[in-house]
Amino acid sequence: MRFGVIVFPGSNCDQDCFYVLKDILSQPVEYIWHKDTRLNDFDCIILPGGFSYGDYLRTGAIARFSPIMKQVSCFAQRGGLVIGICNGFQILLEAGLLPGAMLRNKNLHFICKYVYVKTENNKTPFTNFCSRNQILKIPIAHNEGNYYIDKNGLKILEKNRQIIFRYCNQGGDVNKEFNPNGALANIAGIINKEGNVLGMMPHPERSSEEILGSESGFLIFKSIAKWLKNKR
Amino acid sequence: MLEVEIYITLKKTVSDPQGLTIKHALESLGYQNLEEVRVGKLITIKLNSKDKKKAKQKVDEMCQKLLSNPIIEDYSLKIKEVK
Repeated sequence: MRFGVIVFPGSNCDQDCFYVLKDILSQPVEYIWHKDTRLNDFDCIILPGGFSYGDYLRTGAIARFSPIMKQVSCFAQRGGLVIGICNGFQILLEAGLLPGAMLRNKNLHFICKYVYVKTENNKTPFTNFCSRNQILKIPIAHNEGNYYIDKNGLKILEKNRQIIFRYCNQGGDVNKEFNPNGALANIAGIINKEGNVLGMMPHPERSSEEILGSESGFLIFKSIAKWLKNKR
Repeated sequence: MLEVEIYITLKKTVSDPQGLTIKHALESLGYQNLEEVRVGKLITIKLNSKDKKKAKQKVDEMCQKLLSNPIIEDYSLKIKEVK
């Protein structure tokens, strides 16, 4: 089982992801420079958070043309697991690997805090370790997390159970009051139709150890490991 | 030489939190009868070309590929000759 963490100019959660995979999940992991043009023998690729290309033009808009992204696209088409976290999610949206787009947070603030999200679908490679509707406590840290998709797109996401996480309160109530950024339908994370590409705004790598205040995020990495192990 | 001005705006169906905030700020300064405020981006590109038609084609391509995100944004172009 080999993990790869892509490093774009401006990525700043790459080391946290690397650390969690190597030292907590105890799996082999490598950094992949965004200018690399080959992805060899990886089982899961992570697009980490950060501010790739300074968030210039639109978040993720320039990173999605990094040379490695062609390979990421091919890897995803072959069924490889790809997870984009925060800026990584924004890059996946710009690359068209996930549907929709990000707008600026409704209150125009950069929001950095712990939030609760409800696991809407635990039958995915990324959430199979979570129980049904499990509430996860995971921090967000972003300025553009206001997820948008047109009405028809939302219907399709709902029909295919592609909405994986929604913002909620500690008790699991999903409503506007517990929506930190204005995201449509409280969407915090979605998966592609094929079920192998996940994008999420909350940072699981920042909530994978008790000392950090929550271990909820580690469920995501454990799910991936379990799924890859069963696949073999 | 040609100068192309590219105006990028959020689609009408997409809410614009910046525009709303600016509208509130203007109203608090006493400006009334504001129907709506929307914020966009202006990108100018200078092209070493004299052919407006070709320039438009090229810039349209740039807009669709990189400069705008068709899911949330519209764009319009103005092309003029400059020295």
